[in-house]
Parts: sequence; structure tokens; C-alpha cells
Amino acid sequence: MSVQEVEQGRLRSPFYPRQSELDRLNLWHEWKGFSSADGFFDTGLEYFSVRNSTGVFDISPMTKYRITGPDSLDFIDRLVTRDMQKIRPGRVAYAAWCDDQGQVIDDGTIFHLREGEYRLCSQERHMSWFRAAAIGMDVDIADETLDIAALAVQGPTSYSILRQLDIPGLDELKPFGLLHADFEGSELMVSRTGFTGDLGYEIWIETKQAVPLWDALFEAGRLYGIRAIGTAALDLARIEAGFIQAYSDFLPANATVRPGRSRSPLELGLDWLVDFKKPVFNGRRALAKEKRRGSTWRLVKLDIEGNKPAHHSYIYPAPSGQKEVGFITSAAWSPVCKQNIALGSVRTPHGKPGDRLWVEIYYQREMHWSRVMAEATVVEQPFWNPARRRATPPGPY
Amino acid sequence: MKTYDAIVVGAGHNGLTNAAYLAKSGLDVLCVEKNEYIGGASVSRNLYKDWIYSNCSYVCSLLRPEIYRDLDLARHGLQVTPYGGGTVFMENGDYLGNYPDHEVHYREYARFSKADADAYERYSADTMRQCRFIRDFLLRTPPDPTSFKPKDLKELAHLGARFFEMGEQRMYDTIRFWTMSVAEYLDEYFETDVIKAALSGSGIIGTALGIHSPGTAYVLLHHYMGEVDGNMGAWGYARGGMGAVANSLAGAFQSYGGELRTDAGVEQITVKGGKVTGVALSSGEEIRARIVVSAMDVKRTFLKCMDKNDLDEDFYHRVKHFKIRGSSGKLNIALDGMPTFPALPKDSPLLDGDMHFIDSMERMERAYDDWKAGTWSKDPYVDMVIPTVCDPTMAPPGKHFMSCFVQYCPAQIEGRDWTDEERDQFGQTVIDQISEYSPDFKDLILHVEGRTPKEIDNEAGLTEGNIFHGELTMDQLLFNRPIPGYAQYRGPVGGLYMCGSSTHPGGGVMAAPGCNAAREILADLKRPDITPVNFGDD
Repeated sequence: MSVQEVEQGRLRSPFYPRQSELDRLNLWHEWKGFSSADGFFDTGLEYFSVRNSTGVFDISPMTKYRITGPDSLDFIDRLVTRDMQKIRPGRVAYAAWCDDQGQVIDDGTIFHLREGEYRLCSQERHMSWFRAAAIGMDVDIADETLDIAALAVQGPTSYSILRQLDIPGLDELKPFGLLHADFEGSELMVSRTGFTGDLGYEIWIETKQAVPLWDALFEAGRLYGIRAIGTAALDLARIEAGFIQAYSDFLPANATVRPGRSRSPLELGLDWLVDFKKPVFNGRRALAKEKRRGSTWRLVKLDIEGNKPAHHSYIYPAPSGQKEVGFITSAAWSPVCKQNIALGSVRTPHGKPGDRLWVEIYYQREMHWSRVMAEATVVEQPFWNPARRRATPPGPY
Repeated sequence: MKTYDAIVVGAGHNGLTNAAYLAKSGLDVLCVEKNEYIGGASVSRNLYKDWIYSNCSYVCSLLRPEIYRDLDLARHGLQVTPYGGGTVFMENGDYLGNYPDHEVHYREYARFSKADADAYERYSADTMRQCRFIRDFLLRTPPDPTSFKPKDLKELAHLGARFFEMGEQRMYDTIRFWTMSVAEYLDEYFETDVIKAALSGSGIIGTALGIHSPGTAYVLLHHYMGEVDGNMGAWGYARGGMGAVANSLAGAFQSYGGELRTDAGVEQITVKGGKVTGVALSSGEEIRARIVVSAMDVKRTFLKCMDKNDLDEDFYHRVKHFKIRGSSGKLNIALDGMPTFPALPKDSPLLDGDMHFIDSMERMERAYDDWKAGTWSKDPYVDMVIPTVCDPTMAPPGKHFMSCFVQYCPAQIEGRDWTDEERDQFGQTVIDQISEYSPDFKDLILHVEGRTPKEIDNEAGLTEGNIFHGELTMDQLLFNRPIPGYAQYRGPVGGLYMCGSSTHPGGGVMAAPGCNAAREILADLKRPDITPVNFGDD
């Protein structure tokens, strides 16, 4: 018997043939086994394409599951903390799922493709957890990560660009809506979703049509400032949008070794995703208890004085800096908000909206290190939340 | 009759910045603007179909990030997007690229001279050292060196301390730097003519001096000391044109309760008993205020909008001789498509940057010779950008807006006023120059707005069309700006203040003069200082 050896090197995205043509920086990292670009031509300008015209980010390496079968809704509803009965076909839900202790395993987006047919898209892989959760249910879970290629098309001109592709129903597509269209004989799924907090879409197609879709998209975007972007640009945009990311702002509960290193959805600012009206979902009992007794941690969005990004900083309740109450998990100077912004994890009762905290920032200038204690204000809203993100139909730019 | 706490004259970026801070402090502030639109020289105008023109200032770098953040201009709609690089097209068909990527830039310079490519790093460090020195003073009021007031002594001590900490060699360098010509400065580093020509442009923009004139090295600094999001020396486009700067400032001003009136040109700043009483508008209407802040340049303020008898003789004389010479014009063009530049490789990132068409130091100087002879340069220095390569809001898809800053262009032709015919000839000179490097350019032109100093003076109110409200030479900088003894934003009459670019730290869409003047006004009113302090970089 001959055994096919598993792929030994990094996998390449179905869009790689086109990405490699655009790549000027030769700057790649590994993302779930795939080569993913940090940037293609200038990470700063790539970021601005998301805020000014349109940036295209390859999300093909995201883990994708197709969930079907008569019990698919019951399965998902029991899995996640959110009420999935409300998510009709053609709608998308951002959701989190927890272990029995109410600690977040991962977050992701769940696309209700058709009645009883779902796509779950997440950062991490969960087949084992899902299989166990599906015991006793008539549900089929298939990993379609390699079968589906996808692009996030994000930015103020993204609607103008997709319009060029003649997608019926695009005008009426609301945020967190999805539609199906034909693309050269294949089914194209378009969802008004994204990780940038701006107007934007994600487009999904079978892998073999990836390159033709890319070509059609970039041709459509030629006059609208379309640019391929890498992870550096996306990461900055998602911090501005206040979106959390696994392994930056939380750890998947089942991957932590040390006690207290995981977080509940209530501790990650995801309480709006936890629906206690649902009688059963995984982690419900623990979360109800946490709700009664209070959480240990709180995710904070911080507006920090000055212009030095607060990477890896400790957070203090007072400028004396004696007793730290938390730490920064993501930080950036926001070019579009002109704010020094960060996400952090602080111990309750600290970190209520409007609270003043202090952040210890170390920064280096010409070899020497300096330290400032910068005042920070806890803000409630996303740092970047433009009206165009919600407008339906969206404007031309 | 209502009496305002303060009237700010002129709704350009400095007037609005000043007005915003005064209103934020709780004062009852009215800002009046002679045009029916606001912005002054940071303005977006819809002059042809769906095109938006940045028809005066066209790029943004100097705007103080502290003010941008403090007044929350992002929330009021301002978005500055950096642009990469630039090109000098050469007569021999070659080009010199200016790339934002350090190594690419090195390779490009090395194509002409390995020594110059190396020298660029030393040049950058030396120039950045000067920038760092000067940036510290942008949001500070210049000290009066003749005063023994504690505040002035403290500020002088600060200036001295920053100067002495540079060390002996750098102190000599700094003094030389402030007085030398940009040509001499560049000669100390580079051997390649086109590289020097490329870098020298920043030494003369907006200045009625040539590359060999003393003092132009400083002007270069003035164009290098800005930033976009911490990238020193970077330039960007304001989304929607430069009017977005003024519009966002107006948004901030109004959010603090300020009142804005357009179509309200000031005929005279009224004075009684050595104190301002308000303003008289051209319509005849009089508005009263305890304080009047002029964002107009000093010549316009004191020679046109005040009664000579309200001013002291020597002061009047000095204002009259304040150097504010017209040296540049503009061409704003609507294009039917993106012009091609055959010298550049297809899809070159340089197409997204600024473009220039003078490739030697001799041509740079000859351009100035024409100005001295009293006419526009027949082979001008053009700083050309097409912001619509990245801004989708300023022209329909596939169409473009092109901004050409043109130097030299005198305020008068051989001592008399410009005719419209001459203005069109001036425009044609520029179009012809660009066409030599872009064969399809002329066919793509849909509309041209030509602006000589005459139009800029009449419309934006810049005397002689001088973009800096007065030249940036040593005799008109820091405590000499605009006039010795009047560098701390206070006018010669009680309750009168100046906040335009004629004051420290000078021109460019910086907003620092407006902010600094607000600080002094609030101090005089014994109100808390709410103006931002320098972010600092150390």
C-alpha cells in the first residue's frame, strides 16, 4: 500500500497565484498552516485603503465548517451562548461558545446559508468539540476549510466595487445579511460582514474558482482604489473596531494550562451574546453563577493620552503605579481616529465606562528606553464606527 | 446690542482653530468669513461638475497632531491619508524616484551615485535633528528676548537649554543651517544634480527666493518637520480635499457653541480709546466684541482693515515693510482619465506620489531669474499631485483631479496687474511642461482653474498670494514674527490679537498659530490653559 505523505511545507492560499504577483515586500507568516502576507506593498497604505477606498484580505485559511441535518439548529443553539432561533436564513450571527465552566473556547461567525444549513467560521479548529457536542443529534459537521476560498472586501468603496459584479440583492443587503449569487456557474456567497468595523463584505466561493473571482473583483475595483492587504493592516483596523482576537485578547479555554488564564464571555465584553432566556446552552450554569456573583475580569477599550502605543503595558488605578489591576492585550496609534487606543483586561470593579486608569508605557528612542505613566479613559463605543458601516443601501464611498 | 466675548476674523484653519479653543473655554465667540464658504486656503471647492478641487493648499503634513487629536477632528470628519513617494522627470527620458521604502530609496539613489545613496542617510539624520529642535517650539509662544518677565526668561532658558544640549558641533551646524541656502546645504552631501534638484524644491516652495539665496535651507526644514501619524516628513491628502481640515475645525468650533458667519467680510476693526470695540462689516453692520482676533495676514489686518490713526507710526511702518511677496501660483485641473507617463514603469508606485519636471539646479535657479525679471517662470518648478489616485471622493470613478503648485509666479507682471490673458499663458506654460512627459495629458483636460497671486489674494485673502502669510526668513521667524515686539500674538491695540500664519510658527496648514494665540488670550483673561502640549518624541 502506498501512503500519500502529508504536505510538509506551508500551504498556499487558492489566491496565492495572484497575491504573489502583487507582493513586493516578501513578508509572510504562518496562519493555520497557510502562508499569509503581513503586507504586500506598504502596510501603512494598505491600512488606509480599508479606511479610504477598499482593502482585500484573504480569509481562506479561516477554519470553516458546514453544519447540516435536521438537528443543525438545535446543535448550534446548544453550542453557542446566543439565541440562534432568531437568526433566520440569510442572516449571520457573531457568536461565542464556552466550555462547561463558561469559559470561551472561541468566537466566530455563523452563516445561516439556507433553512437548516449553516457555515461556522472560526479562528481555531473545533471538530473534536463539535463532534462531542453533537452526540445524540442528527447533524452532519463537515470541515470545508480547504473547499471554500474567501476574501474580505472592506472599505468605503467596497459596495461600489461589488456593484460592478452585478450581484442581485446587493443594494438591500443589510449588515449581517448574506446572499447567494452566480459567479461563472459557481455559487458565490456574499455576506455583509468583516473584521474592520467599516463598510465591507466577505465573499465566498469554491476553491477552484478562487483566481477567476479575484480577477473579476480586482477588475471591478480598478477605478475604486482596490488593494490587497495583509495582516498588519487588518490587525490595526480590528483594534480600531474594538474586535477581540484569539491569542491576543483571550485564549481558547481548552488551550490554557494555567488556572485563571481563560475568560468568560462576560469578561470579554460579550455579555450581549449571552442569552439567559435560552434554557440550555453549554456553560449556562457557570455563566449564570458568574452573572450573580460578579466577574473577575473586564475587557476595556482605552483612550490613552499622548501618542506612544501602550504595547504590553500594565494598567494601574493610580499614577503611583504600585498595584497593577490589569494589562494591555492589543494597542495601536489609530491613524483614522487620531487616538492612542488599546484593548486590555482589568480586574473588576475597575474599568467601568468613564473610569480613569493609568497605563505604564515603555518606548525606545535611539537605543534608550523611556517610561511614561499615561492617563487612560475607559470608553464604551468602538473607537471607529462610521455611519457608512450601517447604511443600506451603502453610499458610493 | 449684543457684545461677543471675541470675534475671530477669517474662517481659515488658524481662525477656526483659535475660535474653537476660545469657544471650548466657554467664551461667546463669533467667527466671521468674507467668502460665502469657509476654509481660507484650506478649502475644497466644487468648480466643475462632480469634481472637488483643493484649489489652494493641496497636501497635509504640518497640521499639529496634538490639535488634531485634542479637537477631535477625526470625529468631525477629517481623515488624512499619507501618500508615498515622488518623481522628478528628466529631460534625457530618465527619472529619479523618491520611495518611502528605505532600501528601495537607497537603490534608486545608488542608480545615480552610490555615494549619494549613502549620503542620504547622513542628510536625513542631520535634517531630522534640526526638525526635532524646531518641532519643540511649534506649540510654544516665542519668548521676548528683551523682556525680563519670568515667563519670557523661562522660555528663553528653555530655548537655550534645547540649543545647548545639541553639543558644540551641532550648535554650529544649527546656526549655519538657519542662514545658509538650500543649494549650499545640499552641496555638502550630494554630487548628483538631479538629486539636488529634487531635494531643493522644498527649500523654495512659497518663498520669493532662489535655491542659492541665504535662508532657503530653513524653508526646506519647514517642509520636513511635519508628519503623518508619527512618520516625520511624510505628507498626506485630506480625504475630500483640504477643505476637510477647515470643515472639521468648524465642526469642532460649533460643537463648543461657537457661531460662524460667512459672507461677512470685515471692513474695519473698530477701536475706541486704544481698545477694540468690535468689527464693522462691508455690509455696514457693526458687531461688538471685547476681543478681536485677526486670522488675516498682518498686512491685510493693519493696512486694510484698520484706521492708520489707531496704530503707532513705527508699527505701521514695519507692517508696511513686512516681506510677503507673491512667488507662486496654482493650476487646478479636472481630468477625463489618468494621464500616462511613459518614463515610468507600468504600475509604478511613483504614479501615486508627487511629480516634478525640473531636473537640474541650473533650471531651478533660472526659474527664479524670471521672477526677478518680473514675470512667471517659463520653465517653472511644478509640484504636481493627483489626489484622486487614492481619494475616491473628489472625482467620479476613473476621472481625476490634478493640483499643480507652480513657482515662480510674481504678484505683478513687470510692476503692473496681471491680465486674464497672461494668466492663461501662465497656465499654458505649465500644461506644456507636463505634456512633455505625458503625451496624452492635454487631451484629458476637461477644465482648468488658473490662479496667479492676484486670484489667490482676491479670493483667499492672502496678500500677494503668499502662501505662508509672509516669508519664512530668519528676520521674520520666532520672536521676529511677524514684527519684533509683537511675536506673542497681541496686537498694538488693547483687545486685539493676531492668530494667522503671519505669526509664529508661520505658514502651512499647521493650526499652531491659531492655537498659540488662543493660549495667550486665555492667559490674559485669566482662564485655564486648555491648549494641548507637544506630544514630544523623547
